[in-house]
Amino acid sequence: MADTVQGRRSGRPALRPPGQRHSGQRPAGPRAANQSAQARAAAFIRRHKIAPYLLLAPALAGIALVLLWPLVQVVLYSFQNLGLPQLTGAAPTQWAGLSNFSTTFADPEFWLSLRNTVLFAVVVVPLTLVLGTLVGLLLNRLGRKMAAFVSAAALLAWATPPTAGAVLFYWMFNPDGGLVDWALSKMPHWLVGSTNWAQYNWTTTGAVQAYTVVTLLVLWTSFPFIAVTVLAGLKTVPAELYEAARIDGATPWRALRRVTFPLLKPIFLVLLLLSVIWDFNVFNQTYLITGFPGNQNEYNLSLYIYDKAFGFPPSYGLGGALALIFTAILLVVTVGYVRSSVRQGALT
Amino acid sequence: MTAAPLPGSAGRYRTARRARAVGLNGFALIIALVTLFPIFWMISTAFKPSQEIYSLTPSLLPTHPTLHNFSQVMSGQASGIGSVWLFFRNSLSVTLATVLIASLLSLLASVAVARFRFRLRASFLIMLLIVQMIPGQALIVALFLDFNRIGLLQNLGGLVIVYAAQALPVSIWMLRNFVATVPKELEEAAAIDGASAPKIFWRILFPLVMPGLVATSIFSFITAYNEFIVALTFLGQAHSEYTLPIYVTYFFNRGGAQWGPIMAASTLYTIPVLIFFMIVRRRLVGGLVAGAVKG
Repeated sequence: MADTVQGRRSGRPALRPPGQRHSGQRPAGPRAANQSAQARAAAFIRRHKIAPYLLLAPALAGIALVLLWPLVQVVLYSFQNLGLPQLTGAAPTQWAGLSNFSTTFADPEFWLSLRNTVLFAVVVVPLTLVLGTLVGLLLNRLGRKMAAFVSAAALLAWATPPTAGAVLFYWMFNPDGGLVDWALSKMPHWLVGSTNWAQYNWTTTGAVQAYTVVTLLVLWTSFPFIAVTVLAGLKTVPAELYEAARIDGATPWRALRRVTFPLLKPIFLVLLLLSVIWDFNVFNQTYLITGFPGNQNEYNLSLYIYDKAFGFPPSYGLGGALALIFTAILLVVTVGYVRSSVRQGALT
Repeated sequence: MTAAPLPGSAGRYRTARRARAVGLNGFALIIALVTLFPIFWMISTAFKPSQEIYSLTPSLLPTHPTLHNFSQVMSGQASGIGSVWLFFRNSLSVTLATVLIASLLSLLASVAVARFRFRLRASFLIMLLIVQMIPGQALIVALFLDFNRIGLLQNLGGLVIVYAAQALPVSIWMLRNFVATVPKELEEAAAIDGASAPKIFWRILFPLVMPGLVATSIFSFITAYNEFIVALTFLGQAHSEYTLPIYVTYFFNRGGAQWGPIMAASTLYTIPVLIFFMIVRRRLVGGLVAGAVKG
């Protein structure tokens, strides 16, 4: 009976409910062999070929137009002399060969910004991972109320919009009335060194000082995500494993190293790659903390690209070449990310 | 000499455990307070009159709390480009439009990915993983020139298009897991009972993937509400179109060290998200972790 009803309904050329795809796997009734069943099967297959593409089309169009096509354009721009005169039509756009790249590689500011970017990531990524993991482990050990309080606090830090966070940290580290300089100036010299901390300027003194502020800011916003993810991973580790480790005489540290970490390794790998990508991409925070377009020595790669592309005079060709270099660097990391995702069976 | 006498060891063990619990909780309390402090300081500064803000010995709480900073921000006096409510409205409309469009498109796409096996499916998924990594600053040059050409630069609609597309890869990636967990039998049963495809979609699939949609909506919400570089580049000098982050940045760059009003504006920018996040907290953590751990 059910078979007939379904047969009558599905004969309509409407978009098929996706779930029915597998109905063919059900034991075929006696009627399955007749003519209409064959016709239905044909329509089935035909529709199956288009249905997913129809569903996919709008999203794919959006991604293609806003993310993929611009990437192609950036590649084209990087070989052109595209600037303001070319944009307004005052001068023709010409192919410039590799000159954008050679200009970039010959610019010491480029290497400086690359160094800032890499050093920043090298410092911040481990700091974030270690702090986040420690807080995650802590959350796992705490009572319910305390855990809720700490995770709520972490969530609030994480949820604070980066622009508000950056402006806020700039204010806390401000030489005029900022809290940090005041606190440091009140501390004994043996603890904070003999620098005159009152009215100490964090943002324009040098790259190290500015990036100290950026480091604390990024640490503050990004450790909660690591902590919550690690906590979720910890919850999946069966308690019996720890019990067995304890019976075997393992110290807590040893149990952590030999039981927890191996089991959470896939999570750590993803978090590591994500952190590298995020910390390489930092733009908002460095833009505000370094007071862009302020001190060129404080540029990271993102600020350098932005300055070349939209500064005076704007050079979209140079910006394109830089974007390409930047994307290539990130692609190396991304390949690692994709590979680890695929290996974890993310595509199934 | 070597170990505690047996009778006392249980008590000592208990004391040690209690000491450790106190230590652990104390440590947790410090972490929570340090984490909360910047937000507290922002709000506290926003309520301080200027002589307290620049006082040589800053106090934790405002001794003479005032709403002056907020009224300056709301009247538009402090920034000179308009009331904070204008920018609030801009941000809110951009964010809501982004969430709606991204949710709809990613739901359709995730049904395709989770329910069908088709050619290029794996390629599509890998493409999603890769494009979600392309940073905004790599594409901004091309996007700027494209949107300049089609005249959508100083326009909130232009921002919505970019944000929705940027939110799609992660949204599809997260949502497909939720769609995959909806039992196919439910849809099959509905089809047998004579429900049409759109009806099955809205009555069965949609309510069941609602938690997933909430998670992806939160993600699109953050993307749009926080987005900086595209808005900064696109909006340029079109002050009346500014979103909140660009407004705060403009205010900040104007100088004059108006920290009271700037902190008031930042507070008004931040508080709605914080409230929103506390409300959706439970779903948020689950959804984000599912997204992060699975890919």
